[in-house]
Amino acid sequence: MKKYILQRFALMLGTIFIIATLTFILMHLIPGTPFDQERQTSAAVQENLRAFYKLDQSLAVQYLHYLKAIITFDYGPSISNPDTSVNTLLARGFPVSFELGLIALVVATLSGIGAGTVAALRHNRLIDRAVMAVAVVGISIPNFVLATLLIQELSVNLGWFPAATWRTPWHKVLPVIALAVTPMAILARITRSSMLDVLTQDYMTMARAKGLSPWRIVIRHGLRNALLPVVTLLGTLAASILTGTFVIEKIFAIPGMGRYFVDSISTRDYPVIMGTTVFYSAILVFMLFLVDIAYGLLDPRIALHRKGLS
Amino acid sequence: MSLLHTTPSPTADAPATQATSQAQPLLTVHNLSVRFRTYGGHVHALRQVCLHIARGETLAIVGESGSGKSVTSQAIMGLLPATTAQITGGAITFDGLELTTLKPSQWREIQGRRIALIFQDPMTALNPTLTIGEQMTEGVRRHLKYTADQARERAIQLLELVGISSPQQRLKQFPHEFSGGMRQRIVIAIALMCDPDLLIADEPTTALDVTIQAQMLALFKDIQTRTGVAIILITHDLGVVAGIADRVTVMYAGQCVETADVHALFDQPAHPYTRALLASVPRLDMPASSLKAIAGQPPDLFAPPAGCAFAARCRHAMHVCRQIAPPATPLPDQGLVRCWLHDPRAPQTSPTANEI
Amino acid sequence: MNSRTTAQEAPVLTADMFEAAAPDPQAATYVLRPSVSYWRSAWWRLRGNPAAMVGLVFLIMLIIMAALAPMLSAWSVTAQDLKSQNMPPSSLHWFGTDELGRDIFVRTWYGARISLFVGFMAALIDFAIGVTYGGYSGYKGGKTDIFMMRVLEVLYGLPYLLVVILLMVVMGPSLLTIIIALTITGWISMARLVRGQVLQLKNQEYVTAARSFGAGTAHIIRRHLLPNAMGPILVQMTLTVPTAIFAEAFLSFLGLGVQAPYASWGVMANDALGVILSGDWWQLFFPALFISLTMFAFNVVGDGLQDALDPRLGQNQ
Repeated sequence: MKKYILQRFALMLGTIFIIATLTFILMHLIPGTPFDQERQTSAAVQENLRAFYKLDQSLAVQYLHYLKAIITFDYGPSISNPDTSVNTLLARGFPVSFELGLIALVVATLSGIGAGTVAALRHNRLIDRAVMAVAVVGISIPNFVLATLLIQELSVNLGWFPAATWRTPWHKVLPVIALAVTPMAILARITRSSMLDVLTQDYMTMARAKGLSPWRIVIRHGLRNALLPVVTLLGTLAASILTGTFVIEKIFAIPGMGRYFVDSISTRDYPVIMGTTVFYSAILVFMLFLVDIAYGLLDPRIALHRKGLS
Repeated sequence: MSLLHTTPSPTADAPATQATSQAQPLLTVHNLSVRFRTYGGHVHALRQVCLHIARGETLAIVGESGSGKSVTSQAIMGLLPATTAQITGGAITFDGLELTTLKPSQWREIQGRRIALIFQDPMTALNPTLTIGEQMTEGVRRHLKYTADQARERAIQLLELVGISSPQQRLKQFPHEFSGGMRQRIVIAIALMCDPDLLIADEPTTALDVTIQAQMLALFKDIQTRTGVAIILITHDLGVVAGIADRVTVMYAGQCVETADVHALFDQPAHPYTRALLASVPRLDMPASSLKAIAGQPPDLFAPPAGCAFAARCRHAMHVCRQIAPPATPLPDQGLVRCWLHDPRAPQTSPTANEI
Repeated sequence: MNSRTTAQEAPVLTADMFEAAAPDPQAATYVLRPSVSYWRSAWWRLRGNPAAMVGLVFLIMLIIMAALAPMLSAWSVTAQDLKSQNMPPSSLHWFGTDELGRDIFVRTWYGARISLFVGFMAALIDFAIGVTYGGYSGYKGGKTDIFMMRVLEVLYGLPYLLVVILLMVVMGPSLLTIIIALTITGWISMARLVRGQVLQLKNQEYVTAARSFGAGTAHIIRRHLLPNAMGPILVQMTLTVPTAIFAEAFLSFLGLGVQAPYASWGVMANDALGVILSGDWWQLFFPALFISLTMFAFNVVGDGLQDALDPRLGQNQ
């Protein structure tokens, strides 16, 4: 098990490294960036950049310095607002985005897995078809489309919910729904098909032959096995929720990191783009790592590598 | 009678044992008919199946694939799929209790507690994500309300009974850490945890290799001697039958065509199908000519024939065989056979040596 | 059935019924149904799936309209008519106009062209790269396979959309760069799938059997490996398209996609966001509807294909 953890950790570091290098290369390859030569940026900005990125030194030194900065979570100054640094933006915006993403993830996970399980247990009956129909619709409507529709109907037309910002819990309902629907639908589908597979397994019949309560059979025997593939999916779902926050925050005018990121794209504020990309990527890669560990813990075939007593 | 009751069971169990005498069979299946609903129509999987087993006895159910032997065991265990299976007639009486009319909650009192099932494939019968200990103790903790410690002790006892060493450590291990033969032993141990009256073993040796088979059969015999449990052994292997069965039922196309004492069956098979089965078993002292198979296939159970199901493949078939299903003719020693040849009006035929 | 002959009239049994009957070999064997090839039975199953059929019909109609409508319409995609801004749907402008007076109907179909183009290109390129990479890795096996899979693992860890955004920012948004960006990481699932298929099929007994009959490699690949692998590959391709369409719309929505004045559904949705509070519902409605319907249709067809091609028919009914 330890070996497994170390493997995964090394993988994680490797991936972050690649991303950092990729961003570095890209930033220096494109012509006309503030890193290359003079653009229409003020002297103050130029000075900031030169100081932080050591632009007057050789490429190799720049690279090493850049790596060091990444590791220490220092992402440099912003171009659009020379007084603020990327770190300030992150500190301000990330907690908001994190809250949004976390709530959406929890909502999506609980309801998705629940719906999928119920659908599998009532295979081919009405509830199964209903859940699956909703799920297909759920994965087909992009989250930003859903968000705009929700605003149009529930906010503008019906006036039930506010359309923007993140102040009260009432404000949080629509953004969370828009963000959670697609992952929920994906989870429901995967849980259902995994559960259907598990239900046909011999050990399920064996559990029934033991006269155990249906509850115990479904949860202890069924879900334990059915959720294994679902867990591996959680990593990619976290990624899609994270990227989803970009558009959701833009649409709902939520002051999170995603919105700063989207703004920086429009204004071509490269340092912010770079810093945010690397930061977010690190988070995602870390989540994948956590998911791998969780899977290793859940599946005894991985967790125990010691030689059996057979 | 049972060696396993060294730890006191907290709840009183089976008050019916005093009432029923040894002469009453433990389980009686009478004229049981089961059909399945499928896209193509109804499959009549069981057609008036009759069998019975006494306490402490071993009954073997023999038949080819599709003969209905697994469905019979599912019916006795209450594991017929509720959405597609229908019991269209007959009764299953277990220790005075009628099983065909039980509700699911009532079934759960019987399953694992009074009747236990041993699965065919030990590689898939155990849950890969739970420890052996958990899988062994969950039944007894539910049915007999054992505490965790009591359940552990019982599990260790049974692991020793089935011949697994170092039982204390084993309880914490997972199925994938055991070999096939050991897993089957564990499955057997699980079945015995609540000290059932009846064990149903569905082809318990098919998935194992021959050397392990012999060990398994010896284990079954040993368990029976020690605990007095009745065993229904489902198999297609006549060698297994000869090894440990007391009585045998031969099934064909969803019906019991012959039931007899094991010695009687092998010495004087009454039904042409049984005779054909016995003749088809290859033997070392046979002349090295072709193997004797039974030509043809079992009938389509979507539309079972009106007459005897074996008539199409039977060289002794008479007109009546094709038209009317033979009734059950009793044989000596509680046997029976469904064959018109045993009707007094049939011409006397003596089975030839190389009968097909 | 015979279950009722208990107390009823016992059938009259005459002596002649007990005479030997001639053997009847026909009755001893029976054939259930004529055998059907794998692909034909898969098509059968697909036909029986109403949702998949509806999706298929929709997609065909979408393709036809996308090809023809912009050519047949009186309005051009980019022409602005500042006198007709923000007009609701009418007989003149079937889907209404947007802020700059452009006809939304035509723009919607133009957007369909772009989405379909991006989707199909992405699926094709994923297929090409994925099949090559995965097929080679699976076929070679051994150390090559392990190494190639390690590389995949690392690539898999890269956050897809983030990388795409980064690339778009760097390369400057246009249709070509979108396709390049999408296919940079999209092929990974396909490669994994193909490799898994090849590994599995390589060792199937019918391959060994065919080889023992003297079948050559090409023959084996053509008649045994490829047909059996195509199923999951096809399903994967069908499900790649909505992902690509989504990504394109997403990027356009962020301003990184196709640039004005050209239309893509994402761009149109983005533009519509600006006027949402003024109640011009049609500007958002049509692109949103079409994105959703198209993705829905592909998903449903992909699902249907998966069910149809999977030989594991009817689980526990």
